[in-house]
Amino acid sequence: MSQGHHQGFWTKYIFSTDHKMVARQFLLLALGMAVFGGFYAFLIRWQMAFPNQPAPFFGPVTPDKYNVIITMHGTIMLFFVGMPLLNAFPSNFLVPLMIGARDMAFPRLNMASFWMTVVAAILLMSSFFVPGGPAAAGWTGYAPLSASSEYTGVKIGAVLWLLSLAFVFISSSLGGINYLVTVVTMRAKGMSYSRIPLTVWFLLAAAFTFFLAAGPVLAGAFMLLMDNVFGTGFFLPFKGGEPLLWQHLFWFFGHPEVYVLFFPTLGFCLDIIAVFARKPIFGKKLIIGSTIAAIALSFVVWAHHMFVTGMNPTLVTPFAITTILISVPFAIIYVCMFMSLKGGSIRLEPPMIWVLGFLATFLVGGLTGIFLGAAGADIYLHATYFVIAHFHYTFFPSVFFGGYAAINYWYPKMFGRMLNKTAAILHFVLTFIFFNCTFWPLFIVGMGGMVRRIADPSFYPQFAIFSHLNVFATISAMCLISSQTIFLWNFFYSMKNGKKAELNPYESNTLEWLAQSPPPHGNWGPKLPVVTGDPYEYSQPGEASDWKSQSSYKGDAIHG
Amino acid sequence: MAAKAGTKKIKEITENKMEPAKLGILLFIAAEMMFFAGLISAFLVFRFSPAPWPPEGQPRLPIAVTAVNTALLILSAFTFYKALELLRKGKKGMYLLLLVTTFLLGIQFLIIQGNEWMKMVQFGLSIHANPYGGFFYGLVGLHGIHVFGGVLALLWVLVRSLMGAYNAQKNLGVDICRTYWFFVVGLWPILFGLIYL
Repeated sequence: MSQGHHQGFWTKYIFSTDHKMVARQFLLLALGMAVFGGFYAFLIRWQMAFPNQPAPFFGPVTPDKYNVIITMHGTIMLFFVGMPLLNAFPSNFLVPLMIGARDMAFPRLNMASFWMTVVAAILLMSSFFVPGGPAAAGWTGYAPLSASSEYTGVKIGAVLWLLSLAFVFISSSLGGINYLVTVVTMRAKGMSYSRIPLTVWFLLAAAFTFFLAAGPVLAGAFMLLMDNVFGTGFFLPFKGGEPLLWQHLFWFFGHPEVYVLFFPTLGFCLDIIAVFARKPIFGKKLIIGSTIAAIALSFVVWAHHMFVTGMNPTLVTPFAITTILISVPFAIIYVCMFMSLKGGSIRLEPPMIWVLGFLATFLVGGLTGIFLGAAGADIYLHATYFVIAHFHYTFFPSVFFGGYAAINYWYPKMFGRMLNKTAAILHFVLTFIFFNCTFWPLFIVGMGGMVRRIADPSFYPQFAIFSHLNVFATISAMCLISSQTIFLWNFFYSMKNGKKAELNPYESNTLEWLAQSPPPHGNWGPKLPVVTGDPYEYSQPGEASDWKSQSSYKGDAIHG
Repeated sequence: MAAKAGTKKIKEITENKMEPAKLGILLFIAAEMMFFAGLISAFLVFRFSPAPWPPEGQPRLPIAVTAVNTALLILSAFTFYKALELLRKGKKGMYLLLLVTTFLLGIQFLIIQGNEWMKMVQFGLSIHANPYGGFFYGLVGLHGIHVFGGVLALLWVLVRSLMGAYNAQKNLGVDICRTYWFFVVGLWPILFGLIYL
């Protein structure tokens, strides 16, 4: 292929088809959008702790603005931070490198997928400048609120929101097809399916789940768009429409989407655990089998988001059963992770610390999910802050702890430099403490009966007893958001000034560490690596060193 | 025990089993199927609800013309199927003839559908009175857009064929276009049966 091939500024940095550049573009997009998502999180918390006092850098959070803010916070964090950070960025960067390919199967489709996401982000942000403002029906866009402008006063904003989501869904589906095709058709010699690292397996699981789930919600979005533009009334009761149908179509996608934002993190964690515990992964086949079971089950649990909507009560029990059942495969994977740690010679480097932090915090999110899957408990808890605390205890560890673990781990390969270790550890400690201080009180507040989706808590005198907890959570949230500046500084400062990274600083087995840091266009020298081993052959009895690379490829000797 | 993991017998992969583009289009079609499955399931919720369907005062849909149109669209799948088989046998002349036939059948499908659509608008099938009209225009329209996409792909393949890009051995582009065309054609009888009959 094209070693030393000359690339102009535009083809190298902007309309790049190189999977590594597309990955970095997705990463920067995610970090940029996270600033907005974080700011809206701050505004929500501010209003909960100090109702109707002007928020710094913003002003008073009035009810109409509050609706916009929660809608934007959810939409941005899931589709413009979570998905780029956990799916697009690592899939683009790691899939070709870890399977020994030179690029994606469809590099131009890859570029198109990134720019479609940019168009989606522009559509979403442009809705701030149209009459009526941005969508305000929540990130779930429940009909009939979202189906007609008479409820929220938003018309153009709702259309832009739907178009933006459509672009993200299509772009992510096309991206997913690209990753799947790449793995099936472009593996290096010797890279059999059983030798593919778990990170790639889980990225594929996420891509596969997403592209099966995206169709129905796109269909729903199409119908909602027709309701908004042509007044078809699919979801409007007074025209004979079915508002609950939107929720069914949305959650049929929405629940698998939860795992789309969780699978990649499981993959990173398993690969990082193997490297930093110097042990093979415990029960690799069990993990893959559990993942397949979880994917299958994830398509038949969606109605547990709808227990309180007035859907047919006969359906509640089957959905409660499938929901509780889906915790079994994840429990198995969790146990496999702990067993992989057990007896290992653990190296507490920043990526490993993030993984351990993930294991501790996500567990809380996973276990509280069981309360919400049980219909009886859910009916009491569903409309309260307990749900907010629960899903932030799942999403935040998954997207941020998992995302930071991945960035810390693969940063040397991406930029050829090491992150500052002290800053990385400080960032972890502060994030870990303030994350728990932000969301733990919300469990208590929620169990006490404080309802979510309210714009002004001072309107309800019975919630006054929670104000000290709300203030504590808000101050913690502000500290949590501020702590992220340490990461941003470290990320950008180390790119130019970090310590030069060795090719394989963590003594890892997987293929990406054999390429140059950063890998050149085309990744490998004239010859592709030939794979001779399993990715998890650590501390094998009788071997001189405690690791054994998957290939004997000598990358640095060939590159000029 | 020591050599267990190292000498484990694993099949070496020598050649790629599948054309990336072929697998890509199959996955793309799978995603499209999920999209239409969502729309069709939404349609079924209304179709089999206790309320009368079609609602009173709405015009009936043109069954006879559309049935003929459906038959012609299915014929186009057959001509496309034959076309590639002939190309693979090296019969380029017959291939081009059948490819042009497929292309023309695709265009006539769009013309007849568009014509019927215009008539429905004149007869007063409203898009915003209730979901009945919405589903007609939405589903038929979406399928029409897909056929239009297929016709554009066919035009591309046709132009490339006239430039001599394909032969008995090298015909992946035709194959991919044909796979997509099969999907577009195969979807229509389902929609026809559900919406019209």
